[in-house]
Amino acid sequence: MKIYADNAATTEMSKAALDTMVYYLTNVYGNPSSLYTIGQKAKEELENARYDIASVLNAEPREIIFTSGGSEADNQALLSAAEIGKKKGKTHIISTTFEHHAVLHSLKRLEKQGFEVTLLPMHENGIVRPEELEAAIREDTCLVTVMAANNEIGTIQPIAEIGRICRDHGVLFHTDAVQAVGHIPIDVKAMNIDLLSASAHKFHGPKGTGFLYARKGVALTNLIEGGAQERGKRAGTENLAGIMSMAAALKETSAAMEKNSEKMSAVRDYLIKGLSEIPHCALNGDAKMRLPGNVNFSFEGIEGESLLILLDQKGISASSGSACTSGALDPSHVLLAIGRIHDVAHGSLRLTIGENATVEEADYIIESVKEIVAHLRSFSPVWRDLTEGKREYILP
Amino acid sequence: MALYSEKVMDHFLHPRNVGTIEDADGVGEVGNAKCGDIMKMYLKIDNDTITDVKFETFGCASAIASSSMATELIKGKPVSEAMKLTNQAVAEALDGLPDYKMHCSVLAQEAIESALADYNEKNSGKI
Ligand SMILES: Cc1ncc(COP(=O)(O)O)c(C=O)c1O
Ligand SMILES: [Zn+2]
Repeated sequence: MKIYADNAATTEMSKAALDTMVYYLTNVYGNPSSLYTIGQKAKEELENARYDIASVLNAEPREIIFTSGGSEADNQALLSAAEIGKKKGKTHIISTTFEHHAVLHSLKRLEKQGFEVTLLPMHENGIVRPEELEAAIREDTCLVTVMAANNEIGTIQPIAEIGRICRDHGVLFHTDAVQAVGHIPIDVKAMNIDLLSASAHKFHGPKGTGFLYARKGVALTNLIEGGAQERGKRAGTENLAGIMSMAAALKETSAAMEKNSEKMSAVRDYLIKGLSEIPHCALNGDAKMRLPGNVNFSFEGIEGESLLILLDQKGISASSGSACTSGALDPSHVLLAIGRIHDVAHGSLRLTIGENATVEEADYIIESVKEIVAHLRSFSPVWRDLTEGKREYILP
Repeated sequence: MALYSEKVMDHFLHPRNVGTIEDADGVGEVGNAKCGDIMKMYLKIDNDTITDVKFETFGCASAIASSSMATELIKGKPVSEAMKLTNQAVAEALDGLPDYKMHCSVLAQEAIESALADYNEKNSGKI
């Protein structure tokens, strides 16, 4: 059986997205900045894509800026909000310890430039507490940035509540919605979102394409200087085929979101139930407030990379927060942030299923993980110490 | 390009000399859960020769493959030779490891050193 269970890393392009991409690459090669007919045709199509994407989020078309993906959108959002803050003498930013590195590293850079950053500590369920966030807001706070859904543990954040709080305090609110857009409902107006990042390859669109939503009145700072594309806020001839393909993918996933979400949540919960039968393991992140496709477990006494490679041998593609999967010294900062100590953060497994996942596939995954965990434990000195009582179990 | 060589995959998927030795003459454990790799080596030594060796490893594929390969390299060899085993020799025997995985082979060398030190201590400085 071949099962791709790493949809949080990237997704397969949908047929609609692929067909759209090929169509525009083949037939609409004009430069949207050119004045003649084929250029203007390209421009018209570009604006159609902007309109379609804006509609999905309840935004205005002019509030959407196309970027090269989620990382660029995050960088530009943070830099822009910081610039706005600085002009008003506000240099304090609030975020969380479990953001994506595109946000965390941008914050590091802003710190070097004199900004003060408060990272809210996470709790075991992986969900931000709005009251703690509100308490952290100061007179000089210019920006709150909290992701809509976490890429590792899939926890969905109380974005509407956070948006409300930020609006009440007159603080800009950015959300990295890379894992959320196309998967859970987002309404930028109802949720009081000022800035939002998204990436096409997480919702069956192409890689290297994404967008930044910036509410009307929120001035953007350029990362890329040059031509007057994207209202002068992002220079460079537009990736028309990619953008059209992204719009097609988003329209499709959004139309099927409710139906897919229900189906996927059922398979997700089935997986969680099955994997929970493994002794001394724990689900990472809240069981209910999580993305419909996300399952993340820690298993005591084993290391994640071995588990992944053995799963790959069985045709299952998954991911882990272990340090040895990334070449880093520390395991996933997200797992550490929710209080998993190193010992069990290394032994983690993330499965992110797709829209077409079935119970039969879930059965195969459960059976495979059970077998592999037992195999790895059979020669793990840590597991031996645990079973012989020389070491305390961390997970019940 | 595959992440690991065929040799690494072979030793990871079919690790040699896995297990424990009840009446081992030397036991060594190195690494810690913080860094993500822990290795334990058990040695049986007769007449200054390593007659048997077993290992247990908590760690990534290259840590498991490195321990497996290290046991093969010292089994049946004189203690004096085992003492000289380097992590480079282990990595080379595996047809190489990615740069950021070299530390896993270092653990294999250290695990054997630690087991030999234990043997030495139990035998009042025999080596
Ligand atoms: C939460 C989150 N933010 C940002 C990114 C970066 O997106 P991109 O790969 O499009 O730059 C990712 C994807 O890895 C993500 O999961
Ligand atoms: Zn390792």
